[in-house]
Amino acid sequence: MTAFQPDCAVVITREDFSQDALQAEIFACGGSAGALATFVGLVRGAGPNGVIEAIEVESYPGMTESSIAAIFEEAAQRWSLLAVRVVHRVGRLEAGEQIVYVGVSSLHRREAFAACEFIMDYLKTRAPLWKKELGTGGAWWVEARDTDTEAAERWGL
Amino acid sequence: MKIDVLFFARIREQLGVSRLTAQVEQDITLEQLQLCLAEQHASHWSEVLGGENVVRAVNQVVAENDQVLAEGDEVAFYPPVTGG
Repeated sequence: MTAFQPDCAVVITREDFSQDALQAEIFACGGSAGALATFVGLVRGAGPNGVIEAIEVESYPGMTESSIAAIFEEAAQRWSLLAVRVVHRVGRLEAGEQIVYVGVSSLHRREAFAACEFIMDYLKTRAPLWKKELGTGGAWWVEARDTDTEAAERWGL
Repeated sequence: MKIDVLFFARIREQLGVSRLTAQVEQDITLEQLQLCLAEQHASHWSEVLGGENVVRAVNQVVAENDQVLAEGDEVAFYPPVTGG
């Protein structure tokens, strides 16, 4: 049980995001944060199938948001968090562009690191989001990876 | 009764449809809905919907095959997720 009720928000959008603006939002939640951990995912320019020019990300409008909001609750049970922000982009994204932002503030660093990783592992393995890579050799749906599943299972996800 | 059925990502492409309304008998299970859909459509539907690792959700919550459906439920079929 936690004494904290963190201020959480998730946005699924086609628009790019500003890390500075998100960080400002997290700081604006106040409290007595002693740590902020953030993760930003980018579109890789190459993969097992060769050069990747862009990706297309598909979501399940409604369920994607609600399932991520549910994992915030789970994270808040495990760690004393002050604020959480997640932005995940959808649509066509070019190589090098930002895909995902996870930002977590907490009293101490270990909780911020752990919750940030926990939320990312959830996004990789449970949240309804799908990536298609568009390369010089064609287009293909990204396959789920065992290493991501194992990472999620560590948390009991 | 009517059930809204949604398909995502690879499954959507393989079936060539993103959404349909299924007219089915009362109180069928998720598994029975899947069989109905396969019967009513082309032969590859059975393989695609019954494939290993296909995730099924009812009203936007992941569900098991024996879940009983109700009028107006929203059912989704989707492949393993790859976000982040």
